[in-house]
Amino acid sequence: MSAVQIDTATVDGPVTPGGGRETTAAAARRRLSKPWASLFAVVLAVLWTIPTLGLLVTSFRPATDINNSGWWTVLTNPNFTLENYETVLSSDSSQSLAPSIINSVVITIPAVVLPMFLATLAAYAFAWMNFRGRNVLFIAVFALQVVPIQVTLIPLLSLYVDIDIAGTFWAVWLSHTMFGLPLAVFLLHNFMQEIPGELIEAARVDGAGHVTIFFRLMLPMLKPAIAALGIYQFLWVWNDLLVALTFAGSSRDLAPMTVALLNLTGTRGSQWFLLSAGAFVSIIIPAIVFLSLQRYFVRGLLAGSVKG
Amino acid sequence: MNVKRKRRYTLVAASAAALALVLTACSSDDDGGGGDGDGGGDATSSADCADFESYGDLSGKTITIYAGIVDPEDQPYKDSFVPFEECTGAKVDYQADKQFEQQILVRAQAGNPPDIAIVPQPGLLAQLVATGTVKEAPEAVAANVDEFWGEDWKALGTVDGTFYAAPSGASVKSLVWYSPQEFEANGWEVPTTLDELTTLSDTIAADSGHKPWCAGIASDAATGWPVTDWMEDFVLREGGPDVYDQWVSHEIAFNSEVPTAALDAVGTFLKNPDYVNGGFGDVSSIATTAFQDGGLPILDGQCSLHRQASFYAANFPQGTDISENGQVFAFYLPGKTAEDKPVLGAGEFVTAFADRPEVQALLEFWSTDTWANLKAQASVDRTNGGWITANKGLDASILTNPIDKLSADILLDPNAVFRFDGSDMMPAAVGSNAFWKEATSWITGQSTKDTLDKIEAAWP
Repeated sequence: MSAVQIDTATVDGPVTPGGGRETTAAAARRRLSKPWASLFAVVLAVLWTIPTLGLLVTSFRPATDINNSGWWTVLTNPNFTLENYETVLSSDSSQSLAPSIINSVVITIPAVVLPMFLATLAAYAFAWMNFRGRNVLFIAVFALQVVPIQVTLIPLLSLYVDIDIAGTFWAVWLSHTMFGLPLAVFLLHNFMQEIPGELIEAARVDGAGHVTIFFRLMLPMLKPAIAALGIYQFLWVWNDLLVALTFAGSSRDLAPMTVALLNLTGTRGSQWFLLSAGAFVSIIIPAIVFLSLQRYFVRGLLAGSVKG
Repeated sequence: MNVKRKRRYTLVAASAAALALVLTACSSDDDGGGGDGDGGGDATSSADCADFESYGDLSGKTITIYAGIVDPEDQPYKDSFVPFEECTGAKVDYQADKQFEQQILVRAQAGNPPDIAIVPQPGLLAQLVATGTVKEAPEAVAANVDEFWGEDWKALGTVDGTFYAAPSGASVKSLVWYSPQEFEANGWEVPTTLDELTTLSDTIAADSGHKPWCAGIASDAATGWPVTDWMEDFVLREGGPDVYDQWVSHEIAFNSEVPTAALDAVGTFLKNPDYVNGGFGDVSSIATTAFQDGGLPILDGQCSLHRQASFYAANFPQGTDISENGQVFAFYLPGKTAEDKPVLGAGEFVTAFADRPEVQALLEFWSTDTWANLKAQASVDRTNGGWITANKGLDASILTNPIDKLSADILLDPNAVFRFDGSDMMPAAVGSNAFWKEATSWITGQSTKDTLDKIEAAWP
């Protein structure tokens, strides 16, 4: 919405007719929408996109060309092939990414749903239920964010070995849930606190209990925040290599896309020309998810984080 | 209203996409299962079960193997166990990824090790033994290793006097890649001593119009390792095997006399602007060229010599004629005299974390000449070779790839003095850290003395 307002402001002409005082925000808005600023933004966007473009072009080039010359030489010497994608996707080749795409999906969906579900419940409790030690507990959860996941790998894995779920999807789902929860609880809690107390009180007066308030009031209003966090968690899980490799191992029945990408280049890295095609295959699904939910992303994250 | 409706569409689209994914998930899973079944069926007929009777009936048992050897080199490994699986009824579950060297330590420490790991470095083996999870090799394996391998190989699988791991594959690193066709056209001869190698380099530099040597040492986090191989080769040549052993075990300082002379000798090739870097640029371009690309200019006639291990064969484009008279081949990096034959190499060690009967049976099978020949045959069938072993029972007639034959000849030559890649045996702080980094700085201009002083200081 705000983007639209900026646009109309520029189209309608300068904001300050005849020496009227303009606010700082308006001044900033005017400066940022000057042609030079736009040009700068465009140049920046182009520069940022060039590497991705190069990767895309490379993924369609034959192996010998990739080894011998840069992708920009396609301008003078266009030579394209689908061979890389065939190797990466064909079901015969043992380098195929196809089975691992499925593993990635199987890992990702519960590893996003589970923490989101738990985090919404926890955030509601922290925001709107009064119980002893609430603040201490909340700070404790928040503090967990600073624990680097690397230090937890070996202790967690020995725990999983003890309860006999190491090397299964459960270990990965549970780990991602644990690693995702602190930030999710924190952000959703802040978002929930912004909801006016009068709304909740009105609902209480009407006889609603916590369950009704949560499902009928909170969840609908939290949609943008949940979507934003969902994308965040989705991208993190989809791109994760360390957690999956450590807790599930590299068997073909469990290994996600990232493990397949890691192994794609071969034992000594001689097949590295396949990487660009592999990268694009692995980008597709996150790109679809991100593009379809992106308008929630910025809005939701900002909404939750303003209030500390 | 519009906004609301749009939102609903997005939601519908997202859930449809998710559903589609789940559906494909189910169908493709079935395909995968079918493919595996076919793969197993192929090798059924070739198995002769008489050799496997001593292992007993292992039906229903599973042995897990974890390694860093991935596609396509993993398939010959899987194939080589098929007769064992069919005759004993045991199932071998081979898993591999390229993070093996980090993950195996995590898994060992967390109590989640595989039954068997293929460890490519004696240094890593020692680290694993230190976790207390590695099982001593069964007696039958020790007996096989005594029979089929030299003492030096057995020593590499031994930590603090206890023999843990039998060797498996091996590779030869003391090789120089060249173009036999170019050599013939110009009347150049393959050198048999280091002095001849220098003379040859001068001749090529003067006659051909291109730099004689090309090299590349960029390799992500491991950038610099090809220089360490160079230096190891020259320590072996300058000081001989005994000094080499002292250098690796730090009985002599890293910056002492022989290593200094060795690195200076490497410098007469790699830091000589008249010699490098054919096809790429000046000396400093060595540091920015990927090691996989380092020898490719030989094919374009922009470079004539490239020192790299036998596995480099896989980096030439498909269809390249790699043979004695072909586009590229390799010769043994000569010793000081024609009689000296120091060989730098590497290998893998079969490390067990379990002592269940089925695991011991597989370990025993793995250390036999039967397995070595099965594996060599499987590699020839699947990946056109590229795998050799120092197992004396290896039937050299199986090898079809000229580079494999050359490597096997060098390895099994009775005059050869084999030494394992030193950086793989040094403590990790040096062998896979300071040595690589300082070697890279050395290429980009740091003096030999500073380089060696800094590595010495990093020794734990």
